[in-house]
Amino acid sequence: MSISDLDSDRPPQEPRKGRSGTGRRRRRRAGQVGADGSREMALVDDVQFDSYYGRQVVKAPPWRGPIAVYLFLGGLAGGSSLLSYGAQLTDRPALRRNGRLLALGAVGVGTLALIEDLGRPERFLNMMRTVKISSPMSLGTWILASFGTISGVLGAVEVDRMLGEKVPLGALRPLLKAAEGPAALGQAALGPGLASYTGALLGDTAVPTWSAGRNHMSYLFTSSASLASGGAAMITTPVDQARPARVLAAAGVVGDVLASRAMKESMHPLEAEPLETGRPGQMLEWAERLAIGGGVLAVLGGRSRALSMAGGAALVAASVLTRFGVLEAGLESTKDPRRVIEPQKARLAARRAAGITDDSITTSG
Amino acid sequence: MSLLAGSAGPAASSGWGHDHARKGFFTDTSICIGCKACEVACKEWNRNPVDGNLEILGSSYDNTGALGANTWRHVAFVEQGQDRIEEARESGRKLVGLGMPTIGPKPGRRRGDLPEGDLGGVDTTPPDTPEFRWLMSSDVCKHCTNAGCLDVCPTGAIFRSEFGSVVVQDDVCNGCGTCVGACPFGVIERRDDGTVSPRVEHDGEVPGMGTAKKCTLCYDRLVDGEQPACSATCPTTSIKFGDHDDLVGDAQERVRELHERGMTEARLYGANPKDGVGGIGSVFLLLDEPEVYGLPPDPQVSTKFLPQMYLRAGVAAAGMIAATALAFMGGKR
Repeated sequence: MSISDLDSDRPPQEPRKGRSGTGRRRRRRAGQVGADGSREMALVDDVQFDSYYGRQVVKAPPWRGPIAVYLFLGGLAGGSSLLSYGAQLTDRPALRRNGRLLALGAVGVGTLALIEDLGRPERFLNMMRTVKISSPMSLGTWILASFGTISGVLGAVEVDRMLGEKVPLGALRPLLKAAEGPAALGQAALGPGLASYTGALLGDTAVPTWSAGRNHMSYLFTSSASLASGGAAMITTPVDQARPARVLAAAGVVGDVLASRAMKESMHPLEAEPLETGRPGQMLEWAERLAIGGGVLAVLGGRSRALSMAGGAALVAASVLTRFGVLEAGLESTKDPRRVIEPQKARLAARRAAGITDDSITTSG
Repeated sequence: MSLLAGSAGPAASSGWGHDHARKGFFTDTSICIGCKACEVACKEWNRNPVDGNLEILGSSYDNTGALGANTWRHVAFVEQGQDRIEEARESGRKLVGLGMPTIGPKPGRRRGDLPEGDLGGVDTTPPDTPEFRWLMSSDVCKHCTNAGCLDVCPTGAIFRSEFGSVVVQDDVCNGCGTCVGACPFGVIERRDDGTVSPRVEHDGEVPGMGTAKKCTLCYDRLVDGEQPACSATCPTTSIKFGDHDDLVGDAQERVRELHERGMTEARLYGANPKDGVGGIGSVFLLLDEPEVYGLPPDPQVSTKFLPQMYLRAGVAAAGMIAATALAFMGGKR
C-alpha cells in the first residue's frame, strides 16, 4: 500500500460489510457468538428482508393536492345531487337550490383541479378520445363530464329562478324548464357513481396501501361523500328543511368509521401502517374525530342553526382530511420497499401453503 | 367478464388480426458484465435526457438508480458474501419448475470440475468466486401480457403493438399519471420535474415533457426489421432479443445448464404465463431472489380485480341512494 501526504486528510473509512448495500438486516444466529453468555444474543432471527439498496419497487403516481381536492369535491357534488333531488321530490326548495348550486360549484372546481394536475393540461380533451372499461379513470371522466353538463343546466335553472327569471334567456327558458325534470333525475343517478368510482380508481393500482384497500375504498368514499354533502347542506340550508341532510350525514359518519376500520383490518400490517402513522395517520385520526363530532351535532343539535353550521363545518373538514389522508398514505406506502415486498412474499407463501404452486413469477426453469 | 388478455397472446387479444410472433428480451444476468452499454445505447437512440445531477449514489457501480421516465435500461449491481450465495442457492433449489425436469447438483462432481471427454463444446465461463460475487442485471420494461399501464390509460395513448410490446404515444398522452401507479414493476413514469424525480437542470428543449415515458422495445427500430438498441449493443449477449417463445425455450435450457453445474441459484423471472401479470415479454435469468434486484416477488396486475372493484363501487353507490331515500322518509321537516 502506498501512502501519500494527502492520506491523513481522508476521513476514516467505515469497515466494509459483506452484505453492504442490500438493505439486509439479520442478527447472528443463536449458538454462534454469545452462546456462552458472554454477550447479549438474540433468540430469534429478525425478519429477513432484502431489497435493492432500500429503493422503492413501485412508483407513486404523480398525484398531489389537487387530486385530493377533486376526490373531496367529486364526493360533495355527488351527495349534493342526491339531496337536491330528494328535496325536489319532497318540496324543500332551499335544500334543492343549495344542493344544485353546490353540485355545480364542486364539480366545476373539481374538474379544474383534475386538469391542473395533468402533465399536459392543454390535452385534457384527450380523455374523451375513447371509452375504456378497463380504466376507472376513463369511465370516471365520462361520469364527470355527463354530471358536469347536467349540473350546468340545473345551475342555470336555479340562478334564473333566484333572479326572478330576469336572465335574458329568450326562447331558451321554456327549453331549460322542460329539461329540469329529466336533468335532476340524471344528476341524481350519476351522482353516487361520481362519489364511488374514485374507490376503484385508487384500488386499481400497484400502490400497496390503495391496492390493499380495494375492497373497502368505495364504501369509505361514498360514506365520506354522504357526510360531506350532508354537512354542506347543514351549513347552507335552514334547519327546518335540512333534516334529511342531517340524517344522511349521520349515516355517512357511521359508514365512514366502519369502512375505514374494516379497510385497515383487511390489510397486511405494513400496508395499513401509512394510514395510522405520520402525517396521513394524523389527518385520518382528526378526520375521524371531526366526523364523529359533526355527526353528534347533526343528531343532537339539529334545531339550532349555529350548532348545525358548526357540525356541518366539522363534517366537511372531516371529508377533506379523509381524502388527503388516504391519498398521502398511498403515496407514502410506495416509498418503503418493505411495504411492497413483504405483503407480496406473504401472499405467495400463503398460496404455496394452500397447494397452489404454479402461479409464481419466479420459476426454476 | 374478463378484462385480461386471452391465451392466444396479447397482440391477438388486442385485435391485430395477424400472426406476428411476440417479440421480447431474454436478459441472462449470469453473463452480464455491468458495462452499461445498454443504458448508453438506449439513451442515445431514444434521445432520453439526463437523469439526476450526476451524483454518486454509493450503491456499488450503480449510479443510475432506477428505471424511470428518462432511464429505460438500468443496470443493477449487487455485492454479496459467501453466506448469501449459499442462501440463494438454497432458495433456488426450492422453486417450482415449469414442467421441465429440475436437476440438483450432481453427486460426485464439484462445481467447477471439468467434465470428462471432449471439451470442445464446453462453456468456459469461469465459475463464481465462492467467497464473493457481484450480481449485475440490466433491468427494462417487462412488456407484460396483462399490462396494468395499458389497461388503465384513459386516453388510449398506451397501446399494444403488433409485436406484443406496450408502447406510449407521447403525442396523445396528457400526463394524467394513472399508468405510473398501475405498473407493478415501477417502470413507467411521467417526464417532469414533479414529485417523483429530482429536479433536473435541462439545457435546451426536452422532448415529451409532462407525458408518460418508458421502454418501447424500440418500436421504431422493430418496424424497420432492426433489433432494439440495447440488445444490438450488448457485448456479451446477456440481452437477447427475439421471438418470445424461442427465448423462453433458450432461457429454460440455460437454467438447466447452470443447475447441472451446481448453480441452483439460477432461476427464471417472468417465464410463467400463469403468474400475476400473465407472463412478461422480457424474461430474466436471475441468480438470487427477485427483490435483491429490486424486482417485486409477486406482482399482480390490478385489472384482475377490477370487476370486483366495480361491483363494490356499484354497491356503494346503491347504498348511498338507499341512505338518502331513507333520510327523506318521515314527513318531518
